[in-house]
Amino acid sequence: MPSLCRDCFTQFDAQPRCPACASPRAARHDELFDLSIAHMDCDAFYASVEKRDNPDLANKPVIIGGGRRGVVSTACYVARIRGVRSAMPMFQALKLCPDAVVIKPRMQVYADVSRQIRAMMQDLTPQIEPLSLDEAFMDLSGTARLHGAPPAVMLARLVDRMRRELGVTGSIGLSHNKFLAKIASDLDKPRGFSVIGRADTAEFLRGKPVRLIWGVGAAGQQALSRAGIETFDDLLRWDSADLTARFGSMGTRLWHLARGADNRPVSPNRPVKSVSKETTFAEDTADADLLDGHLWRLSEQVSAAAKAKGIAGRVVTLKLKQTRLKSITRQISQDDPVQLADRMYRLARALLVPELGKAPFRLIGVGLSDLVPDDQAERGGDLLDPQAAQRAGAERASDAIRARFGPDAIQKGRSLR
Amino acid sequence: MKFSIERAVLLKAVSQAQSVVERRNTIPILANVLIEAADDFVQFRATDLDIEVVDKATAMVERAGATTVSAVLLHEIVRKLPDGALVSISADAATGRLTVSAGRSTFSLATLPKDDFPVMATAEYAANFSAPAPVLRRLFEKSKFAISTEETRYYLNGVYMHTAKAEDGAVLRCVATDGHRLARIDAPMPDGAGDMPGVIVPRKTVAELRKLLEDDDMIIAVSVSETKLRFATPQLTLTSKVIDGTFPDYTRVIPTGNAKRLEMDAAEFARAVDRVATVSSERSRAVKLALDEDRLILSVNAPDSGAAEEELAVAYGDEPMEIGFNAKYLQEIAAQVDRENAVVMLNSSADPALVREGDDLSAIYVVMPMRV
Repeated sequence: MPSLCRDCFTQFDAQPRCPACASPRAARHDELFDLSIAHMDCDAFYASVEKRDNPDLANKPVIIGGGRRGVVSTACYVARIRGVRSAMPMFQALKLCPDAVVIKPRMQVYADVSRQIRAMMQDLTPQIEPLSLDEAFMDLSGTARLHGAPPAVMLARLVDRMRRELGVTGSIGLSHNKFLAKIASDLDKPRGFSVIGRADTAEFLRGKPVRLIWGVGAAGQQALSRAGIETFDDLLRWDSADLTARFGSMGTRLWHLARGADNRPVSPNRPVKSVSKETTFAEDTADADLLDGHLWRLSEQVSAAAKAKGIAGRVVTLKLKQTRLKSITRQISQDDPVQLADRMYRLARALLVPELGKAPFRLIGVGLSDLVPDDQAERGGDLLDPQAAQRAGAERASDAIRARFGPDAIQKGRSLR
Repeated sequence: MKFSIERAVLLKAVSQAQSVVERRNTIPILANVLIEAADDFVQFRATDLDIEVVDKATAMVERAGATTVSAVLLHEIVRKLPDGALVSISADAATGRLTVSAGRSTFSLATLPKDDFPVMATAEYAANFSAPAPVLRRLFEKSKFAISTEETRYYLNGVYMHTAKAEDGAVLRCVATDGHRLARIDAPMPDGAGDMPGVIVPRKTVAELRKLLEDDDMIIAVSVSETKLRFATPQLTLTSKVIDGTFPDYTRVIPTGNAKRLEMDAAEFARAVDRVATVSSERSRAVKLALDEDRLILSVNAPDSGAAEEELAVAYGDEPMEIGFNAKYLQEIAAQVDRENAVVMLNSSADPALVREGDDLSAIYVVMPMRV
């Protein structure tokens, strides 16, 4: 069976260990050197970066996440052994693992590392579709001649290089489409290398639960479960037409996925659909001033992201979560797309005011959607708010100062609340 | 209850009722019209709890009585009956059904008890006056395009009707704005309107008023209080709550120092704007106006789809300037100018422009420019 040493990248056959370096770490599969769609997923990415930057943490359980009331964003593998999982409420994680070192996320640092990883991927192929900071699809079809090596070899080299140069490890899933590549990368984490070939696709999916499908969350599972669909085998019993009738376009997709078919291309330019930021409070709050302060800071962050991307949006969304985890979302649509923090904040505040009676809240968020390039934005004005133009000018000037002297060079008093 | 009524008379009465009832309401009785027959006439009453219309029509009443039935259903039926038909309507207390028959067609409709129907409380009105329908129609029709749809600024979701002092005396004035454009329409002050409190007339009420005000010869009785207003003809009475809010001080929005004067044919201008805006794929289509001596060049530049330019002969004698506007706003304002040339008073490319019909100050419009 075609095999690849994941330490010295020697290609060999049959032998249990690498004939060149005697390493037992080998990837083996009949189609190993023929497959070219890959999914790379970093292992406990944020935690790995923290451990890299602070070697004292190496053997300690590390949890990345916000305050006591927040959720676990990433748990290192030491913490995972104790049962900590991402998206778990922090208090629960700390009950399982009281000695955990909890670190607030340093998004800027992670984003920098992510950029370096992306640059390494760029050396393999331009067909990269990032899903988040720490995972991406890659299509290496037709690159074998260019690199003088099949995709599997290049991918093994990529994760090895990430480990040596950046100090973070990743797992590779290699298959013939995105759906299977994504599932494969999760099969033997950390530092995994899993392959699902064409010939063994049907065998692989047999008996597997449908929740493996990326995008089928709790609600989707429930809907499928009501139709008696728990596993891929259940899906196979359905007609394409019946699935479509019941689940719409998702039904058609499910029919294909059940057969291991997924023809979505790896698309590097998946357009951004929305920009949003939210914050969970340490304690539920009904304090209008405090909420207002958060609203301003969130608007500033969303605005900064929009400015960095050169986009603006026609729809501003306010998100609130009540104590009983009930979500409230309110939207406002504008003819003139919004990019400035000042305008976004004022619109979001107008949405917030009528909802204050529903306080206390545990979460507040601001989002921007229906996006357009920013040369079409902030072109009008408000007859009833003649000072808006001045405030817009002040914001642009503050942005210029921050660009030159750093993000804390100038701030509004409002943001200190 | 039993009566016969001409199809045309019934249709008119029922169509006003069905447009008032809320289509998506969750209270079943609000979808119904209350029919009350007595003496020689029948009253049709419909409400959405904010607006109430009562339409009085003559009919041959055999047996007095009252009931309620789906306004939309009754309207659909009457609409489909042949013109000139005599419609006979009777309520059967035993079955709780309303029978509608005309010629060979018979319909039996479900009813709800008349006592469940909410009748709007009568109000004490602070001012009562009357005005010809065309005068009131002009006030609302020329201002309603500028009403805001933004719910967060609910106090802009209507037309602000109030009294004001204009250059040549007291006027009855309607103002609407959405922050992008503003319309201010004046009419001579009717006798008795002087004590009228300023009220914000909701958008839906403005829309419902159209039918009430369509007859040129009609004199409309208007009553206004702080919370309600009423428009009435002998047949039709529309009572509406007003928006509970403070209309912003619009006077500071109206530019007084704009000295550059552009005069042109409004219809020709609107058509030219429409033509050049075709190439723009954006939702808010920006049109650039470049002004030079007696010449206006309209242009749109859309990087993705193309560019367009059109030259218009205009009257302009000030220094050359360029200014951009949302094409839709320009067209809507130009559409209000129908008797004389449009006169646009400008200051700079960042300042609001003032538009009026010739030198008539009884209808003025303000529009915010757009960076192009």
